[in-house]
Amino acid sequence: MTNILIILVVFLLLAALVQVIRVNELLSELKNQDLNKVTDKDNKIQATLFFLIAGVAYLALVLWQFKNWGPFLLPPASSVHGAAIDSLMNFTMGLIIFVFFITQPILVWFVYKYRKTKTKSAYYYPHNNNLEKIWTIVPTIVLSAVIFYGMSVWSQITNADTSESTVIEVYAKQFNWIARYSGDDNTLGAANFRLVGGKNTLGVDMEDIKAADDKITREVHLVVDKPVLLRFRSQDVIHSAYLPHFRVQMNCVPGMTTQFAFTPTQTTAQMKQQEGEDFEFILLCNKICGVAHYNMQMKFVVETQEEYDTWLTGKKTLSEKLLTQK
Amino acid sequence: MSDHHKETFITKYIFCQDHKMIAKQFLITGMLMGVIGMFMSILFRLQLSNPGESFAVLEWFLGDKWAPGGVLDPNMYLSLVTMHGTILVFWVLTAGLTGTFANYLIPLQIGARDMASGFLNMLSYWFFFGATIVMLISLFVESGPASAGWTVYPPLSALPQAISGSGLGQDLWLVGMALFIVSSLLGGLNYIVTILNLRTKGMSMSRLPLTIWALLITAIIGVLTFPVLLACALLLIFDRSFGTSFYLSDIIINGEMLHNTGGSPILFEHLFWFLGHPEVYIILLPALGLVSEVMSVNSRKPIFGYKAMVGAMMAIAFLSCIVWGHHMFVTGMDPFLGSVFTFTTLLIAIPSAVKVFNYLTTLWRGSIRFTPAMLFAIGFVSTFITGGLTGLILGDSALDINVHDTYFVVGHFHIVMGLSAIYGMFAGVYHWFPKMYGRMMNKKLGYLHFWVTFIAAYGVFFPMHFLGLAGLPRRYYTNSAFPMFDNLTDINEVITFFSIIGGLVQLLFIFNFFYSIFKGTKSEQNPWKSNTLEWTAPVERIHGNWPGEIPSVERWAYDYSKPGMDEDFVMQNVPLKEGETEH
Repeated sequence: MTNILIILVVFLLLAALVQVIRVNELLSELKNQDLNKVTDKDNKIQATLFFLIAGVAYLALVLWQFKNWGPFLLPPASSVHGAAIDSLMNFTMGLIIFVFFITQPILVWFVYKYRKTKTKSAYYYPHNNNLEKIWTIVPTIVLSAVIFYGMSVWSQITNADTSESTVIEVYAKQFNWIARYSGDDNTLGAANFRLVGGKNTLGVDMEDIKAADDKITREVHLVVDKPVLLRFRSQDVIHSAYLPHFRVQMNCVPGMTTQFAFTPTQTTAQMKQQEGEDFEFILLCNKICGVAHYNMQMKFVVETQEEYDTWLTGKKTLSEKLLTQK
Repeated sequence: MSDHHKETFITKYIFCQDHKMIAKQFLITGMLMGVIGMFMSILFRLQLSNPGESFAVLEWFLGDKWAPGGVLDPNMYLSLVTMHGTILVFWVLTAGLTGTFANYLIPLQIGARDMASGFLNMLSYWFFFGATIVMLISLFVESGPASAGWTVYPPLSALPQAISGSGLGQDLWLVGMALFIVSSLLGGLNYIVTILNLRTKGMSMSRLPLTIWALLITAIIGVLTFPVLLACALLLIFDRSFGTSFYLSDIIINGEMLHNTGGSPILFEHLFWFLGHPEVYIILLPALGLVSEVMSVNSRKPIFGYKAMVGAMMAIAFLSCIVWGHHMFVTGMDPFLGSVFTFTTLLIAIPSAVKVFNYLTTLWRGSIRFTPAMLFAIGFVSTFITGGLTGLILGDSALDINVHDTYFVVGHFHIVMGLSAIYGMFAGVYHWFPKMYGRMMNKKLGYLHFWVTFIAAYGVFFPMHFLGLAGLPRRYYTNSAFPMFDNLTDINEVITFFSIIGGLVQLLFIFNFFYSIFKGTKSEQNPWKSNTLEWTAPVERIHGNWPGEIPSVERWAYDYSKPGMDEDFVMQNVPLKEGETEH
């Protein structure tokens, strides 16, 4: 019944629309005008609308959004390289906001000012090589600066010295994360997907001596100001390990290992003070990976060395976990 | 020519080889797919702003299986996202845009009776039609349509165990795409050959309208890159059905250990984006061409810097083929490659900036006539600036780390590619409608359509930048699993509100379009007082375009408001006056 009503209403609306257009057409026939010819009045109205909507309202609402939604953005980075990314971001953002607030008003102003009127006619101006050179060269110079700055931050991030870093493996599968600490030798034991089974969820090769002291955990704890090297593997499809607060992201790809090195600079406790009691560092999945992609998460905790030692010492090593049952 | 053979209903409307009818077939198929794709986005927007709430409309359309109790199923959410992307990128903005305007404008604007091969042209449409049917069938299969995202990265798209949409739905998706690619290639070859060989007397390359330049360059990059996507899709079909391991290695899925080793999903990404990035410009360049023409005609001024515009398009096209890696900064690719792709990507900003400044100078001291087409052309410049600028952030590998695959990306590409291209397409439809159907579209409905679209579109896509900068990943069924995103509900509600408004107003456009085909006021031969050759052809559709001789070309296409001429436009077939110099 409701369906029939909806269809009926839609048809009535359509019929009404047709009638309105017909009335309009008949009226303009009476007045001897061409209904669809653009008149001076149209030009005035549309130019004014453009000025008000695409100019004033649009730019005002952009500012309004920055003011009202700005506070929802991520807090400043909690890692060393993240601070460099933030500076680069502020620089680039400043640049594009500057260009935005120059070019959009120019567009709006030209559109409004040079609308067709009875008196004015257009100016024949096919080209001007000097002008064109200027706006090829100026963007080139500005972009060279952006490119150079961007590349230097990028190489600083990707060439980080990892000799002192604590090595932790982050293992992804549908739809959760597992972490493996490399233990006292700071070296992860070898792993092979064919060995996955039973309690050996990560397929660690227990014949590899380096695997004995590895520890498997369900959350990751890090020591503040101490460099860490995350190594990523995936069991099934592509996942992406995304730690927005640290400005860290790296895909986890089945069949290969990827890595990302960084140094956290804020403890969870410090962040809770700044951002509120609910704050946690979170690892999200940021590559579509299946039906529960939206809920694939793991907690990261940044703490002092003492807290970290207490937490990690309590965990069983892989040899204790896997070899005792034999 | 027209009286040589009788046209039956079938040869006139269905298996037609006339480029003008084929263009209309592409346009109407594209429009219908556009409505479907857009409607899908409204369905999943409902879930994103009101997660877990029941909507009668969802249950009505998707039924008990995919929206039990009116709540969208997460599998169907991913399917809708995937199909929305696929349909909009390929069906609407590639075939709908290029298929329509390349077919329609190339012969008419260069002064040819038809395409070089009318038969290939017809075949191109019917491959596209076949692709459309296969894609639409995939919406109704038991395990659901493809749901691995429009980029269909394996292994997710390769393994039916990984997600329900990777069953029959994904097979049909791949077959549909393969047919689509064949259609694109047939079309593209035809466009290139026609433009190079069938130009009328006097139509040198330097006198080509910018629309034709844009379509030529688009066709060239399409012909160079679409075959790579075909290879990419075929290898995926092999992995799915014949046990090969091109993209698969070391996988345990649902407790089952697969035999595949040695393949790499990253290979797929390289192959996919080798088309995928030029594809962005395959979408954008025709819009740039259409906008250049519409803007020049309605400013009553020559387009500023014709040669620079052509050069900029060539530069964009060339660079577009060597930037694909910027989609892969966080795949673990060699960091040195990351630097190289940052460099090439940011270089694209230079020709883009040149184009924007040239558009602004074209408007400067013009005499702007606000037709609905012109409004969309100006709107294009606005979105092209807004969306282009955020590209500086995404193209920079260091910054991409934290905004990669977030809503920031969604906002960016919808504005710079989606909106800009669709505005260009609307500008084209409003502008050339009188040529296509001999009638005018209703002006007032056109104005209403533009303003509501303009406001709603920015209302949908601008706020997405904030979601992205808050760290929200795209393709999340809901963001309620993470307390850190709780305060983003308001933004999501704003976006959904505007998406519904923006979606509904497109129906007004469709109504205007079909109403005007039959009932619109009759058009004159050259309603916009344009210079290009298509307006020298009679209003009635005839096979062969011109009843007598094809006009010859005596000047470039942009002699608007030229001093010393009788009127503010001089058509391309008017010989130079004595003592008159070419621009």
